[in-house]
Amino acid sequence: MMEKAIVLAGCAVGAGLALIAGIGPGIGEGYAVGQACSAIGRQPESKGDVTSTMLLGCAIAETTGIYGFVTGLLLIFVAPGIFMGMLG
Amino acid sequence: MNVTIEGAKIYFTIPVLGGIPITETIVNGAIVTFVLFLLCLFLTHDLKVRPTSKRQIIAEYIVNLAKNFVQGNMGEKFAYFTPFVAALFAASVFSSLLSVIGMYPPTSDLSTTLAWAVLVFVLITYHKIKAGGLGGYLLGFAKPIAVLTPFNVLSEVATPISMAFRHFGNIVSGSVITALVYAALALASSALFGLIPGAVGSFLSNIPLLQFGIPAVLSIYFDLFSSFMQAFIFCMLTTLYIANAAEE
Repeated sequence: MMEKAIVLAGCAVGAGLALIAGIGPGIGEGYAVGQACSAIGRQPESKGDVTSTMLLGCAIAETTGIYGFVTGLLLIFVAPGIFMGMLG
Repeated sequence: MNVTIEGAKIYFTIPVLGGIPITETIVNGAIVTFVLFLLCLFLTHDLKVRPTSKRQIIAEYIVNLAKNFVQGNMGEKFAYFTPFVAALFAASVFSSLLSVIGMYPPTSDLSTTLAWAVLVFVLITYHKIKAGGLGGYLLGFAKPIAVLTPFNVLSEVATPISMAFRHFGNIVSGSVITALVYAALALASSALFGLIPGAVGSFLSNIPLLQFGIPAVLSIYFDLFSSFMQAFIFCMLTTLYIANAAEE
């Protein structure tokens, strides 16, 4: 019983820690959008190009955050089953 | 309170090759394909040289949009990629938009997005080999210096994985957050209406009144915006990677 509680707690804490990965993309995307805004401010006629490039860059910067999220999902939904199976 | 976040349900299993499960993903993907097929039939039947119907104008607009997108990103000589990219975009958007009508979106299953990403990876590799020959392709991994070979192989393999996980993660995060918000709103409304004294309060606290309307705001972002955004990004990366591979 004790082992299972430790496994569940470890998975839950790990899932929470995995979502710290969200900080990086947040800062990065905020910086990218800020730069895009100042670029549009300087050259308003290039708004379309800047916006589509910015969205693409944001999506790529988001990848690491998505990895953290998927790790969290695995820790919540998949990992407890595997570890419980090991404990028997 | 119970929050249920489920993957694709398995409807039945075909007892061939150790059992092929027929899941919600496959069934909904087939529905999407069928709807797209009907839409294409509807948009393209009875075409004229001079468009007279609104239907044909819409069809021409869509075709022009796809053509400009592909040629703008890949150049004139890759115009033959337009149908592939347009099909990928349409399949992705319609799959993700299934969540608007409450069905299981096939793109929130990793199998779907990974299948598309592997397809794109095969195309990338094909164009790299076509451009530089098999020897050139293999030598390309040791490009700046030979020490970097493992990292180059790793980054090559990471391409389809990151494409698949990006699309999958964005759609799944939408459904997970929506489920959590629904559960939180149910709790909040039972706490809020429980404050009303007497039988009225105990009656109202059993109905999650706050669940009406409020999640629609989330749905606009996660279902509508995110669906189009991820489809656009997937197609954009496809075109850029393939054009890049052919140039080397």
